[in-house]
Amino acid sequence: MATQHSRSAARLMMAPAVFVLLVWMLVPLGMTLWFSFRQYLPLRGGDLGFAGWDNYVRFVTSSSFWPSIYSTLIIVGGVLVITIFFGILLAMLLDQPMFGQGIVRILVIAPFFVMPTVSALVWKNMFMDPTNGLLAHLWRFFGADPVVWLSDVPLFSIVLIVSWQWLPFATLILLTAIQSLDSDQLEAAEMDGAPHLKRFWYIILPHLSRAITIVLLIQTIFLLSIFAEIFVTTGGAFGTRTLTYLIFQRVLESQNIGLGSAGGVYAIILANIVAIFLMRIVGKNLDT
Amino acid sequence: MGRITLEKVQKKFGETEVIPPLDLTIEDGEFVVFVGPSGCGKSTLLRLIAGLEDVSSGEIRIDGQPATDLPPAKRGLAMVFQSYALYPHMTVRKNIAFPMKMAGMDQAEQDRRIKKAADALNLTDYLDRRPGQLSGGQRQRVAIGRAIVREPAAFLFDEPLSNLDAALRVGMRLEISELHSRLETTMIYVTHDQVEAMTMADKIVVLRAGNIEQVGSPLELYREPRNVFVAGFIGSPKMNLMSGPAAQAHGAHTIGIRPEHLDVVESGGTFSGKVGVSEHLGSDTFFHVHVDAMEEPMTVRAGGEVGLRHGDMIHLEPQADKIHRFDEKGLRIA
Amino acid sequence: MARAVSSRRKAINTAVAWAIGLLIFFPILWTILTSFKTEAQAIADPPIFLGFDWTLENYRIVQERSNYMRFLWNSVIIAGFSTILGVIIAVPAAWSMAFVPSRRTKDILLWMLSTKMLPAVGVLYPIYLICIELGVLDNRVALVVIIMLINLPIIVWMLYTYFREIPGEILEAARMDGASLRNEILYVLTPMAVPGIASTVLLNFILAWNEAFWTLNLTAVNAAPLTAFIASYSSPEGLFFAKLSAASTMAIAPILILGWFSQKQLVRGLTFGAVK
Repeated sequence: MATQHSRSAARLMMAPAVFVLLVWMLVPLGMTLWFSFRQYLPLRGGDLGFAGWDNYVRFVTSSSFWPSIYSTLIIVGGVLVITIFFGILLAMLLDQPMFGQGIVRILVIAPFFVMPTVSALVWKNMFMDPTNGLLAHLWRFFGADPVVWLSDVPLFSIVLIVSWQWLPFATLILLTAIQSLDSDQLEAAEMDGAPHLKRFWYIILPHLSRAITIVLLIQTIFLLSIFAEIFVTTGGAFGTRTLTYLIFQRVLESQNIGLGSAGGVYAIILANIVAIFLMRIVGKNLDT
Repeated sequence: MGRITLEKVQKKFGETEVIPPLDLTIEDGEFVVFVGPSGCGKSTLLRLIAGLEDVSSGEIRIDGQPATDLPPAKRGLAMVFQSYALYPHMTVRKNIAFPMKMAGMDQAEQDRRIKKAADALNLTDYLDRRPGQLSGGQRQRVAIGRAIVREPAAFLFDEPLSNLDAALRVGMRLEISELHSRLETTMIYVTHDQVEAMTMADKIVVLRAGNIEQVGSPLELYREPRNVFVAGFIGSPKMNLMSGPAAQAHGAHTIGIRPEHLDVVESGGTFSGKVGVSEHLGSDTFFHVHVDAMEEPMTVRAGGEVGLRHGDMIHLEPQADKIHRFDEKGLRIA
Repeated sequence: MARAVSSRRKAINTAVAWAIGLLIFFPILWTILTSFKTEAQAIADPPIFLGFDWTLENYRIVQERSNYMRFLWNSVIIAGFSTILGVIIAVPAAWSMAFVPSRRTKDILLWMLSTKMLPAVGVLYPIYLICIELGVLDNRVALVVIIMLINLPIIVWMLYTYFREIPGEILEAARMDGASLRNEILYVLTPMAVPGIASTVLLNFILAWNEAFWTLNLTAVNAAPLTAFIASYSSPEGLFFAKLSAASTMAIAPILILGWFSQKQLVRGLTFGAVK
C-alpha cells in the first residue's frame, strides 16, 4: 500500500522520533567518548589533559572490574532463570480453571507496580533485617539463627528482590501465550496418549518460545541497568557492585569522570554485545 | 464525468513486473469489469487507478486531467473494498458522512445526501448502529452508501461480493447494476468471477499475468474470444478445448466448442462417448461425456429433462458455425 | 482452555493459586498493614497481623516531615507529561512503521529498542553536565524530556504492534474518502487504536512513575518525585518500620489504585503488546 506520497509522509512522520533518539544517543555518547580519553577530575583541578588509553587500562585492571562483571552476570542471569522458570509454572497454574482467577491475577502482578526504591527498602528493612525483619522472626520461630541476608548472601538477596519485581511480568506474558494455545492441539495429544510431561515438552514449551524470547529481551534491557535496588540496599558493598554501579561510583562518588566514562564505554560495548545477540533472536521472532 | 485513460501504465514491485505497459480507456458512464484468475494483477490495476499504488511508469488521466501524481484523496474516485473497510468506531450515519465531512460540506447538505443514500439502500433503520451490528449485506450497502454520497467521478469496486454468501451475492449484483443504470456514473469492478463479469459489465477487461488478454462487451468475448485463455475463461460451463486430430480436421491447432453448441444426435456425429457425471439444473442438464482418445471429458448442455444415464453411449455433433479455431500460439483464427 | 474439570480439581487449583498469589502479594499487604501500627507493634515478635491498634499517626508524621504532596505532584507531572509527549511523537512513527513498512522498518525499530540498552550510567555525567549548562538541573521539564526519551522506544514498539492489528484497507478507505494524512490518523486510526493506546499510556505512565535512576540523580528538591521521597527514608529512618511503611504506601498507592481501576488495559499493556 505504499505510494510515493505515503512513503515520503512516512519518512517525515518517523523523523521526530528518530531524530530525538539519535540526539539522545549520539550527544552523550560522544561526550562520554571524549571524557574517556581525558584526565578529568572536577574536584581536583578539572580537566587535566589528554590521557590516552590510561582510563581504559585502569578501569579493566582495577581490582573491582571483574567482580563487577561477575555480579552483573549473576544478577541478570539469576533473575532471568528464576522469573522464567517460576513464570512458566505460575502461568500454567493460573491457566487452570479456578475461583477468583481475576483476583489472583491482580495479586500476582501487583509487585510490578511497586517502585524499585520502595520494594528495595521494604525488603531490606521489614523482611531482611537480621533483628526485626519478618524473615528473622520466622527463622527464630523454627529455632534457627537469623540470616544476615544482605551481607551473608548479598547477591542472592538482590536476585530475590529483583525477581519478586519481575516475576509478575514474566508470568503475565507467559500466561497470555499459554491462553492462546489451541486447546484442540492439547486434546489431540491427550487422545494420542501423550503423558503430561511430554505434552509440556513437545507442545506447550515450543509454543511458549516466542513469549520466552520477549521476556528475555525486555527483562535483560531493564535488568542490565538496575540501580535503585542496589543503591538502596547495599550501596554496592558485599560484592553486589554491578558494572552499572561501579561506574556510578567512579563518576559520582570518586568524581573521576575520565575513569568513569571509560567504564561507561565498556558498559555500552557490553550492552551492545548483549543487544546484538538478543536482537538476532527477537528480530527473527518479530515477524509473525 | 468520469473518463479514465491509462497510457503505457506499468507497475513493478522491485524487479518483478506485475503489470507490463498497458493502454486502456474507460469511457464516461461505462461499467467496466476487470476479470481474471487470482494473481492476474486486476486488483493492482484498480489500486493504480485509485492512487493507492504508484505507477512505475506511464500516465493516468481522469477526464483528461493528469492524475498520475495525485494522491487518492484528490482523484475524486470512490472505492468499495472487499472487506468493506467500514470505520468500526463510527455509526452507519457517520460512516456515510465521513467523506463529506472530509470535504467540508455543510451539514444540511450532508443530511440530505445521507437520507437519500439511506433510502436508496434500505439503510434508514440502521443509521445509528455500528458496522459490527450489521449483517454482511448491510455492511456492503453502507460501503456503497459511503461511496455514492460523494458523487465521485467513478466508483471502484474491489471484489465487493466475495465475502457474501451465494444468495446475497446475486441480490447485491442486481443492486449494483441497478445503481449503475440509475446514476450513470463510471464504475470499475474487479472480480475473479466471470459470471459477475458477464452479467454486470458493459465492457470486460480480461487480464492474465498483468496483460490485457481482451477488451470487449460480454457478448463479443463470448462470441469471439481472441485467444484460448479468454475462450476458456469466459462462459459457464467452460468451453471444451481440444487439440490433436479433431482440431487438425478444422485446420487449427486447437479448437473450442461451447457446451451449448454441441447437439446430441441419434447416430454418427463427430464425437462419441460414454456419459459420465450429469448435473441436472432443471432448466438445463450438463453431461460430462468421456470421449475416447480425449483426456478431459467434454461438457454438453442438453434440455432439462433428457433421459440419459451414467454409462450410456451418446453421439455429439458441434454446430458448424460455432466452432472456435486457434493457432499454435493460441490466437484466434478468423 | 475450556475443558471439563472435576470440582475437586478446581478446588485444589483455587487453593494453590490463592496461596501463591497471597504469598507474592504479601510484602505489599504487610507494608500496608504495618503502616497502621505503632513502631513497637511494627517490630513485635511474634509479628501481629491484624490485632493491633490501628493508627494514622505514621501518615501524619510522614506528611509533617516531608511535604508528600509536592513529591506526588512532581511524580504526576513527570510521569504524565513524559508519557503524553512520548505518545505524540510515537503515534506518527508507529503509523509509518505499521502501514508503510519498508526494508528498513525492522532495523529502525530494533535500533530504537537498542537505545534502551545503552546503560544510563554510561552517559550520566554528560547528561548531568548538559543539565547544568542549560540550568535545568533539578528541573521538571528536563526530567519530562529525559524520561520521555527513555520510554519512547517502548511506546513506539507497543503502538506499532497495536497498529499492525488494524487492517490497512480501512486507512486506505479513509484516503479514498478524501481524508488528509492528519485526518486519517486523527479520525480513523487513533479512535480505532484507543484500547492499545490506553494500554501503552498506562504502562509507560507506570514505568515513568517508577523510574529511579535519573529521578534520583538529577533532582534535589524542586523536581524530586516520589522515588526520591522514598529514597530519603533509606537510613536511618528505615529502621522505623511503621513510618517507612506509611511512606511506602503513600508512594505506591496512586499506582496501585490506578492499576485497580484499569486492570484490563494494564494486563494488556504489561505484555508490551508483544504477545496476543
